[in-house]
Amino acid sequence: MSGGAPAQNFVQPDSFAFTAENQAKVEKIIAKYPAGRQLSAVLPLLDLAQRQHDNWVPQAAMEHIAGILGVAPMRVMEVATFYTMFHLEPVGKYHLQLCTTTPCWLRGSDAVVSACRSKLGIDFGQVTEDGKFSMVEVECLGACVNAPILQVNDDFYEDMDGASTETLLDKLSRDEVPPAGSIIGRQTSAPEGGPTTLIKKTDASGSDGAKV
Amino acid sequence: MLKDEDRIFTNLYGLESWRLDAARKRGDWDQTKDFIAKGRDWIIDQVKESGLRGRGGAGFPTGMKWSFMPKEIGARPHYLVINADESEPGTCKDRDIMRHDPQKLIEGALIASFAMGAHAAYIYIRGEFYNEAMRLQAAIDEAYDAGLLGKNACGAGWDFDLYLHRGAGAYICGEETALIESLEGKKGMPRLKPPFPAAVGLYGCPSTVNNVESIAVVPTILRRGASWFAGLGRPKNVGTKLFCISGHVNKPCNVEEEMGIPLRELLEKHAGGVRGGWDNLLAVIPGGSSVPVLPAEQCDDLYMDFDTLREKRSGLGTAAVIVMDKSTDIVKAISRLSYFYKHESCGQCTPCREGTGWMWRVMERMVRGEADVAEIDILEDVTRQVEGHTICALGDAAAWPIQGLIRHFRPEMERRIAARKGAVTAKAAE
Repeated sequence: MSGGAPAQNFVQPDSFAFTAENQAKVEKIIAKYPAGRQLSAVLPLLDLAQRQHDNWVPQAAMEHIAGILGVAPMRVMEVATFYTMFHLEPVGKYHLQLCTTTPCWLRGSDAVVSACRSKLGIDFGQVTEDGKFSMVEVECLGACVNAPILQVNDDFYEDMDGASTETLLDKLSRDEVPPAGSIIGRQTSAPEGGPTTLIKKTDASGSDGAKV
Repeated sequence: MLKDEDRIFTNLYGLESWRLDAARKRGDWDQTKDFIAKGRDWIIDQVKESGLRGRGGAGFPTGMKWSFMPKEIGARPHYLVINADESEPGTCKDRDIMRHDPQKLIEGALIASFAMGAHAAYIYIRGEFYNEAMRLQAAIDEAYDAGLLGKNACGAGWDFDLYLHRGAGAYICGEETALIESLEGKKGMPRLKPPFPAAVGLYGCPSTVNNVESIAVVPTILRRGASWFAGLGRPKNVGTKLFCISGHVNKPCNVEEEMGIPLRELLEKHAGGVRGGWDNLLAVIPGGSSVPVLPAEQCDDLYMDFDTLREKRSGLGTAAVIVMDKSTDIVKAISRLSYFYKHESCGQCTPCREGTGWMWRVMERMVRGEADVAEIDILEDVTRQVEGHTICALGDAAAWPIQGLIRHFRPEMERRIAARKGAVTAKAAE
């Protein structure tokens, strides 16, 4: 796995505690697992901590979570370093995750990567000086029929190319966040131009709109 | 081509609402209570008779897998665990089920759990599918509010809780025992088998891990009858299947088709055909990144099913079809997969931890032709030393793409080596 030891060239906060609102969520999360199996909650709690703390997990949060779960801090740290979605150092406000695995690469992920590099002046693993953008290379995101994919924080932007990447970055730099999904207006994973199946359904008006 | 009325996932593209009332209009949750009233054995027999084989890649008969669970519930509770950690490069079908047709999965979870004596099930969804997880959770909440889950679920007299658990970025957690470890709050490192999960699984209890698609098709199979499902497709390779068509086609897409549909028909009817025409096809990876690549000459009249593809020394896997036209640098395409497996190896077994990195580094030299021809055989030999020598199948999955490349594209690898040697010699002579 690619998780690494936390870097030390930034300030780790001395302490961490969940907000009252998140503390209520903590209890709901732990209740999903059988009594005595509260360690199962470690991934959701790390995720919750990361969302509360500017999209990265400080060491103090790992220690706090270990306290909640009643395990040694090492049990939490070894998990936090194993899974790639936990950021152990600060990331940008817009954390760009560029898939370059073969299905995205075949559809032109190289152009998405170069657009990000040239537009932002940073490379994989770096953060822009204003703290607005960071970029990492990720492995298959699981949306391959809409390749290439550029994930920004929680959202997938699909069917990207170099030009649409530049447009997206321009918008994000003005804090305009366009709706997620296919950037070329495709209906989710249907073929471009309209489905070849489920034809009767295409006139349905019951669509719930959101392109999740 | 499969008729629309025989498609199970009638909201695959999200053209209609995902909500419970819309799902019910599409037929979900119809007769569920009656199926449960017929008992565990009836359900498992129906699934066996339908010929359903697991949709997560291995193609193991689903009904038989369910029958491995203990008949009586002992001191330890039973669990169903649904594998929604969809991460195999090329694969993106379960995502559509969860975001557009979630009630099929939820209903299937109840039926399957009842059939295996489980009062609780966990859906393990990959962490990157955040929006999909929010959607699925909302659908689960709707099902609870409607009395379809929880105490006396669906009025059928079976208490059943369904929980969603998000992963956090690790391909290996798609391996069933790594998934269980991860769900228990540990690093996703696969367990040795035996004991199999049906004996010692989640929290040490009898458990069955099934793919999303395998579970989501079950309610429709019961409603329409095992013989309907078994009547589609080809012998021992039956039913409908979600295909994910990516790469060099004119219109990449997901589509539900009949199992065993010829590859060319699949690509031309639904994906707008190969970019530049059928004759411009170089190769296809027919079932997700782990299965060996097939060259164009083997793609005419190729039935897309488990047994045909195994005869061709490849596999149906997750039915994720990665298409490559003649513009593709095939060595680089495979080398990128080698990098993927190096990145995703959990590091537990030495042959995989060391071997995936070694194979990737040699593959990168092969891309540039910086190698001796003899090293192709050494590379092949190393893939054989990794394959079958690890706890889980990730080692095999890392070996097979390279074996497929050498089997079908060795002349291209040799050509690069010769070209590089020629260039070096010419430079020295200058």
